[in-house]
Amino acid sequence: MLAPNEVVRSLQERVRSAAANREQLVIRAGGTKDFYGNRTDATPGQLDPRKYCGILDYEPTELCLTACSGTPLVELERALEKHNQMLAFEPPHFGSTATLGGVIASGISGPRRASAGSVRDFVLGATLLDGRGNVLTFGGKVMKNVAGYDVSRALAGSLGTLGLILDVSLKVVPRPAVEQTLKFELAESEAIQLTNSWAGQPLPVSATAWLDGVLSVRLSGSNAGVRAACAKLGGDPLNSAAEFWDQLREQTHAFFTNTDPVPVWRLSVPPSTAPLNLGATLIEWRGGQRWICSTAHAAEIRACAEAAGGHATAFRNGTFSNVFHPLSPALQQIHRRLKDEFDPMRLFNPGRMIPNA
Amino acid sequence: MNAPLPQQHAPQLLAERIPLEGTGAVDVERQRAVVAALKAFLPDDCVLWREEDTRPYECDGLTMYRQLPMIVALPETEDQVARIARVCFEMQVPIVPRGAGTGLSGGALPHGRGVLLSLTKFNRILKIDRLACTAVVQPGVRNLAISDAVSHLSLYYAPDPSSQIACTIGGNIAENSGGVHCLKYGLTLHNVLRVRGVTVEGEVIEVGSEAFDSPGLDLLSLVMGSEGMLLITTEATVKLLPKPVCQQVVMASFDDVGKGGDAVAAVIAAGIIPAGMEMMDKPAVAAVEPFVDAGYDLDAESILLVESDGTREEVDEEIAHIEAVLRANGATRLEVSQSDAERHRFWAGRKAAFPAMGRISPDYYCMDGTIPRKRLGEVLKAIGAMEVKYGLRCANVFHAGDGNLHPLIMFDSNDNDSSMRAEQFGFEILELSIAVGGTVTGEHGVGVEKIHQMCQQFDASTLESFFAVKRAFDPAGLLNPGKAIPTLTRCAEYGKMHVKGGQLAFPHLPRF
Repeated sequence: MLAPNEVVRSLQERVRSAAANREQLVIRAGGTKDFYGNRTDATPGQLDPRKYCGILDYEPTELCLTACSGTPLVELERALEKHNQMLAFEPPHFGSTATLGGVIASGISGPRRASAGSVRDFVLGATLLDGRGNVLTFGGKVMKNVAGYDVSRALAGSLGTLGLILDVSLKVVPRPAVEQTLKFELAESEAIQLTNSWAGQPLPVSATAWLDGVLSVRLSGSNAGVRAACAKLGGDPLNSAAEFWDQLREQTHAFFTNTDPVPVWRLSVPPSTAPLNLGATLIEWRGGQRWICSTAHAAEIRACAEAAGGHATAFRNGTFSNVFHPLSPALQQIHRRLKDEFDPMRLFNPGRMIPNA
Repeated sequence: MNAPLPQQHAPQLLAERIPLEGTGAVDVERQRAVVAALKAFLPDDCVLWREEDTRPYECDGLTMYRQLPMIVALPETEDQVARIARVCFEMQVPIVPRGAGTGLSGGALPHGRGVLLSLTKFNRILKIDRLACTAVVQPGVRNLAISDAVSHLSLYYAPDPSSQIACTIGGNIAENSGGVHCLKYGLTLHNVLRVRGVTVEGEVIEVGSEAFDSPGLDLLSLVMGSEGMLLITTEATVKLLPKPVCQQVVMASFDDVGKGGDAVAAVIAAGIIPAGMEMMDKPAVAAVEPFVDAGYDLDAESILLVESDGTREEVDEEIAHIEAVLRANGATRLEVSQSDAERHRFWAGRKAAFPAMGRISPDYYCMDGTIPRKRLGEVLKAIGAMEVKYGLRCANVFHAGDGNLHPLIMFDSNDNDSSMRAEQFGFEILELSIAVGGTVTGEHGVGVEKIHQMCQQFDASTLESFFAVKRAFDPAGLLNPGKAIPTLTRCAEYGKMHVKGGQLAFPHLPRF
């Protein structure tokens, strides 16, 4: 096995030769998130970071873990579990071969997002291999760091368009002592009202989901805190709760698997937005994330999300020229300039985020 | 806050030996032309240019550095901000945005050929949404004013920098400000959902969203903490949290600073994320106790304050757990606050640490490195050795939960030699912070103060990529130029480089 710095050197050479030959590169490790984002325009070469693998530093008492981007997510989770810690943003795997790099580049967070924060919120630092073959170092391993622009956090959700993510340092958190899920029979609008009103009260709510008239609420925290919250909220305990939240996180729940080939839209809207009435709906993040299976025109769905102050992504089964919500011209210009600065030859993941860019 | 430094005694500080961009006298002709262009749409009292009017703006909270701005503009609407930006863009005039001017790193130090853009008139809270737990505010709203305005809803805005009575949300966004509750509740970044602002070209853009995310790259991360160099903030949506029903604090004494540090690690290892965890060393305790009468243990080598918040049940359980961990880790004395009054008394000394220094020393210089917690013992020892080396006293207060160390170096600004030694002392602490794997600034920003240490923390390619980010937002380089990111030439002149693998970063540049 090659030492990490030798792997970096070989990746640097690969990028530099691609730049010299004007060859485009798709960054791909386990391929579990191939479905996500726009299809790349050309038939480029591959850049596989899986040889850049392993945990570089993990200090449970510093609440920080640093690992190579090619490290399997399951390996990270196993290491954290040994010390009773976890990734607070509950990243979906979408397959057994998911890697840390894909977690960061996709920027997709799981059920705990509304209460704990997103992938971005837990990135402390990262190194990036840019389009010139330079290794850039952003942020660090400490909780508070305002030296330089926070490029490491901006890599969360960048879909590999700025370069190949090499090392990532993440803030990790203790696992809650106990979890308990309650269910309530409620209409969609009532569920949105109720979950948002809870956000303004000191309750240990760690996830919510509404589907088919049933609101499920997960409470996480200390024994005393969860017990008191259960008594306050009422509702009925949900059986096989861990399995239920796992099915939502991994999108193995029937809501996602029975829809093919109907597009599954992800609408990200201000959480207290009233029901959107666009079709079969699964609501997470106390209303902030709405999964909608719909064959409606993209323009109709986007207009609805935009009117609410949010945006819409054709998450699965979409065959649109741009699965993401279009950006305003001023923001598009900033994106284009950033791309030109970090990847001047436009090597990486062409078109994955913005068509023709 | 640093005590004012009389100008006639100003020593030759480093930034004066290697001049900062935009220092020097005002060009009167140019001033006249820009004033005329601004007065075309701004009321007379919103454009200041006479020296007696611009003098109050010559520095921010870092008073060692002073510069008269060419013009001070005080716009009242977003449209005026956009028009100022367009005028400045066309005439190639630098813009330095400013909030309350409480920053401690010189981020709002004026530019001598530029417009100082004060956003103090943007002081309205535009909307409070109780259900969504958000508030829409203008950038000149004071940090504490947000919590005051939503207190009746049992909500608050979590980040609490020590200057929160005076500092504005716009400045907090520029610095990504922290406070004593960051470990549990995050930085400004984690508590601001959306920023609306004006680009240097006069376009209004929004980054982030009142939804949980927005399409494209996460530009909010770049804008947050960008020290006014990417965007002029005109509006923000902040997140509000439920006020904890109950708060209690444990005060523990240790007979060794290392043991105190180990106890902090043990609390975290036990799976506890306290609402706040602050440490003071013996000199800091000795300085504050006569000032506040908090009942601190004057024999302790360090004092640790650990706060728990939540519901009654949660706090009871957590406090018992914290007490057990601290006792097992060698606390020599433990006290738990039994009332809110007592809790405030325990905190009073920590919160008064900065002003207390002003009572025992003519001036003090506040540093802001963050270090991995486990290196605390050795860093404090090294600072002790530096006290001897530079012949100056230093007290240490520490956001122990997140590793953010604030050494307070005591000196006398009327004595040039003392000022120089204080500066060198401070720089050595910053360099040590980098060496142990930390950063030169945890929450105060780089500004002009720590610009040279950036040369050591980052290599040439990374510094260049910061300029790349800057160009993407501000291709002409007019927004707060010369701050936060050093040019490679400046790094070469400073003479201390980021050395990686024995290779100097800028072998092609001449040394001075």
